Amino acid sequence: MSAVYELEDVRHIYDGRTVIDIERLEILEGEIFGIIGPSGAGKSTLLRLLNFLEPPRRGIIRYRGKPYSAASMPSLDVMREITTVLQKPALLSTTVFHNIAYPLRIRHKRPDPQQVASMLQRVGLGKLSHVRASSLSGGEAQRVALARALIFGPRVLLLDEPTANLDPANTAVIERLVREFRAETKMTVVVVTHNVFQAKRLCDRVMFLNEGACVEVSDARSFFESPKHAMSKAFLSGEVIF
Amino acid sequence: MLLGQIVSGLSEALKLIVEGDREIYSIILLSLRVSGIALLIATAAGVPLGAWLGLTGFPGRRVVVALVYTGMGLPPVVVGLVVFMLLSKTGPLGALGWLFKVPGMILAQSIIALPIVAGLTMTAVGGVNKNVKQQLVALGASPAQVRWATLSEARMGVLAAVLAGFGRIVAEVGAVMLVGGNIQYRTRVLTTAIVLETRKGNFGMALALGSILLVISFVVNAAVLHLNRRGLGDS
Repeated sequence: MSAVYELEDVRHIYDGRTVIDIERLEILEGEIFGIIGPSGAGKSTLLRLLNFLEPPRRGIIRYRGKPYSAASMPSLDVMREITTVLQKPALLSTTVFHNIAYPLRIRHKRPDPQQVASMLQRVGLGKLSHVRASSLSGGEAQRVALARALIFGPRVLLLDEPTANLDPANTAVIERLVREFRAETKMTVVVVTHNVFQAKRLCDRVMFLNEGACVEVSDARSFFESPKHAMSKAFLSGEVIF
Repeated sequence: MLLGQIVSGLSEALKLIVEGDREIYSIILLSLRVSGIALLIATAAGVPLGAWLGLTGFPGRRVVVALVYTGMGLPPVVVGLVVFMLLSKTGPLGALGWLFKVPGMILAQSIIALPIVAGLTMTAVGGVNKNVKQQLVALGASPAQVRWATLSEARMGVLAAVLAGFGRIVAEVGAVMLVGGNIQYRTRVLTTAIVLETRKGNFGMALALGSILLVISFVVNAAVLHLNRRGLGDS
């Protein structure tokens, strides 16, 4: 598999504090790549950098072979290949239908009601098309957010703690949908999660991030069965990492 | 005594309206016309200005915001005085001939409503959840599409801003009195008519006009409250 992302000496700073400092990282085309680590490790910041929502202070992020940096950020067309589902679904104050159709409308594509209905059916919300988004439960809202992210067929789906506030049933639905869509569309998925069990269930490869630095990257099975780094071992055994 | 006067004022108001009193209708229609057109002008300028201030950061923004907030509390009589001086024969806009005419009253009320519409629009737009803006960008929205969607998210607040502007100008007396002159059938509106009737000692008539103004203000404020509640429900 070729690399969809290659990070070279990427550094990001907030208020004088280095929050990301990654010498080298590759994320492969079509894989589900998990980013785990303690709170404040820089996981969400890394996801924002991968979505090009902000430029890295230093270094290069190669996306599908093309280098991007603070001096040269990608065009809107490139950015439209990537999307993020946030921990708290930020839905628009309108109906479920219009929320899901939004990415199509901004790409100047007329939303096909059949396409939207079929997407809603797949996320188990077929009857809620004309319901106002504000009246949805947390699990329903997150499924709408996922459907909205998938409707336009992104090449890269970034998930920022997508099930942190959900019950086990909704968590299972979200994980199943991610697996199914990845299998169908061959998109790359990068998921940030606190939940090591979720990372184990969902991911092909996993990175352990601590204080902005990449501590360990390996395939999920070997990471969870025999982590190489002492810090990874400590994190997996539930110890507090400082 | 006071309660009796209020009751008799309300019944007189009802009687005047039912009987189709020509002067009363002319006063009500002129009030709505002046304040309505002034509101349209203030909305056309104030909503884009408020949206721009709420969405954009630039050097000196704080000063502009402070000016807008100051403008929200402008005393109508001061606005009336300034517009009077501008429109008077020796003033820079004297050639327009708008003094003691409807366009002059509209100009004064537009100036009063503009900062209210702009300031409340700015607050509504600035109050849209930052996660929503970030999510819009992550979904592939262009900067212009993000701005438009943010304004749309704030629509209930923007509508409340417009209605608040209307509530303020339809009830003000200082500016229209100075600039319009309270001329019968020409520039007399509800508020100036109330002042006149009170001075003449016609408390019943003044109360009747006041009741009509109250009903208009009540309808507008009820609409604002209703929209605010809907806006909160949507967030």
